[in-house]
Amino acid sequence: MQTPSSERILEKLSILADAAKYDVSCSSSGSKRKNHNKGLGNSTGGGICHTYTEDGRCVSLLKILLTNHCIYDCAYCVSRKSNDIKRAAFTVEEVVELTLNFYKRNYIEGLFLSSGIFKNADTTMERLIAIARKLRTEHRFNGYIHLKSIPGASNALMQEAGLYADRLSVNLELPSETSLQLLAPGKTYEQIKKPMLLVSQTIQAQANEKRLLQRAAKPLFAPAGQSTQMVIGATPETDKDIMYQANALYQNYRMKRVYYSGYIPINPTDTRLPGVGTPAPLIREHRLYQSDWLMRFYGFQVTELLSDSFPQLDSDIDPKLSWALRNLHQFPVDINTADYEAILRIPGIGVQSAQKIISARRFGQLDVYQLKKLGVAFNRARYFLVCRGMGPASLGDLQDRQIKHFILAGYRSKFSNAVSSQLSLF
Amino acid sequence: MQLIYDGSFPGLLSTIFTAYEYKLNDALIVRTNQLQSLTLSESMEVYTETAKAERVWKGLKKKIAAQGLELIYRSYLSELPSVENSILEVVRYALQSDQNILEDYGHSHVLTLHQIARKVGREKHRFEAFVRFENIGNNWFYADIAPDFNILPLIAPHFKERYAAQNWMIYDSKRKYGIQYDSVSEQINELTFRFEHAPAGNLSPIVQTDPDEKLYQELWKRYFKSTNIALRKNTKLHLQHVPKRYWRYLTEKKES
Ligand code: SF4
Repeated sequence: MQTPSSERILEKLSILADAAKYDVSCSSSGSKRKNHNKGLGNSTGGGICHTYTEDGRCVSLLKILLTNHCIYDCAYCVSRKSNDIKRAAFTVEEVVELTLNFYKRNYIEGLFLSSGIFKNADTTMERLIAIARKLRTEHRFNGYIHLKSIPGASNALMQEAGLYADRLSVNLELPSETSLQLLAPGKTYEQIKKPMLLVSQTIQAQANEKRLLQRAAKPLFAPAGQSTQMVIGATPETDKDIMYQANALYQNYRMKRVYYSGYIPINPTDTRLPGVGTPAPLIREHRLYQSDWLMRFYGFQVTELLSDSFPQLDSDIDPKLSWALRNLHQFPVDINTADYEAILRIPGIGVQSAQKIISARRFGQLDVYQLKKLGVAFNRARYFLVCRGMGPASLGDLQDRQIKHFILAGYRSKFSNAVSSQLSLF
Repeated sequence: MQLIYDGSFPGLLSTIFTAYEYKLNDALIVRTNQLQSLTLSESMEVYTETAKAERVWKGLKKKIAAQGLELIYRSYLSELPSVENSILEVVRYALQSDQNILEDYGHSHVLTLHQIARKVGREKHRFEAFVRFENIGNNWFYADIAPDFNILPLIAPHFKERYAAQNWMIYDSKRKYGIQYDSVSEQINELTFRFEHAPAGNLSPIVQTDPDEKLYQELWKRYFKSTNIALRKNTKLHLQHVPKRYWRYLTEKKES
């Protein structure tokens, strides 16, 4: 049966996985690491979800804290100093063994290691690096490693971390500095943005060097780049505030991803935060992710999606449809002649269908039947396009509100189910 | 004319050769184990001939390049009834056209192959994720799967690259064959073996697992539970990503 030591490691894992789960990032993509030394593992670039939690999130990495002891007292965090919870700490060896053994069984793509801050930033960062170094050098581990940068750690340590990690991240935590100061005593944007800047500059320098020398000169620094996370719904920022913040992070720090984590009430006493029992803002979170996609893959400017006169995303329709309804003068778009960018903006047409349309129309004019076969969500798209055999859907007569009404009626069953099954939980 | 082949890929290519050789414009290709009953129409059994298969393969390569060959191969691995006939139609279209017909998504058979290949690709990707190895001792790792499509040939290179330093075996219990990689010879072998009495997904009666194996399975289950956020529970989404038919192979979803 189970020995005391296996009991202990099981308990540690429960505590330290539970404490790490509020960091929503689990991506294992963006890095190509070959198994060049006949060691263990590789990274394929695309990322693999090995399973999904019961809340439907991808599980790709062993995501744990090294320890949940912390000298800080951030109100929105379960590990905050003043919280009365069980504390635990892994040894370096324990994290290494867990990672290797999970990896060999094809449970995971690698490790996502974060930590509460014990003693000080440098000591904590050193311990995280020790684990990554051991995996890479002693065990020839070529799987994915994501390390959290500890704000306040020295530049030298950050540089070393990037040599072993595929991705580095530091969380912005809250969408405005005012909120951060209110809820996280002792933390500042300056402190958080310093490692972000260092990482983005080092990556940039490496790219320049590579271009000059036509090859990668040194071991790659953080080949999967950096990401960050904001907790949303805990503080009063609007969707506009959040997305403009995200946009600035993409522009200024070359973020690979910005994550939005709907606040789960975990602090029963603090009146500055939504109380326990408040539903997590899941629909809002979803809409923010959709806007994020529109910015990264659909060529939308953040200013088109949100503005002073339109500061909150619609909750009943997605931001692309919402944009189209506010901009009916740009439609209908002719599928057989319009350029890719314009086709991509039609509601109901995604990146894949748009690309297929561009390829397929070289062989002949496309009609409704073919568009449906190509994966176009026609009930939505019909109001915004013309194609062979189908003229404009008399847009002139229909007002945006009517179109929205028609479209919503069309997919009500599908959509309202998802919404109500979420709502029924609360 | 109904052309019956043995179900192998060279067999299918030989059959396509035959359809051309005899100018059978109404050819219908059926694999022998999918033969429903003897139909009234004429039928003919085609023998697999490597030389013929290679000629078809090379001819196609000039027309549709590696990407197109992969499309055909993946569609074939779906084992879906009558996929062969869509393949034949696409081959005909490719051979008589000067364009890259693979991008003609308006052509119904071209589109069909893309759709099927996509499904096969999705399952390949799923099993690169869902295979769960058990350490059965001596650095041997074993997994058991029963995919809808015949994806073992597609996932083999991924596992070979990733687990170059351990020995592993993946067994398709639906098709009763497996692949085995030996870290010393660095070769992948195909093997046919039958575990007559082993219920799928449960090896214990026949394979002795490593002493640490139970602990790591327990740790993984514990991790899976601890990383869940109960307040966000979304069963519909969960099932969409991890359909029930895969649960019996997933350590974290298995009963007991
Ligand atoms: S520093 Fe990090 S771990 Fe510590 S309380 Fe703040 S958010 Fe939580």
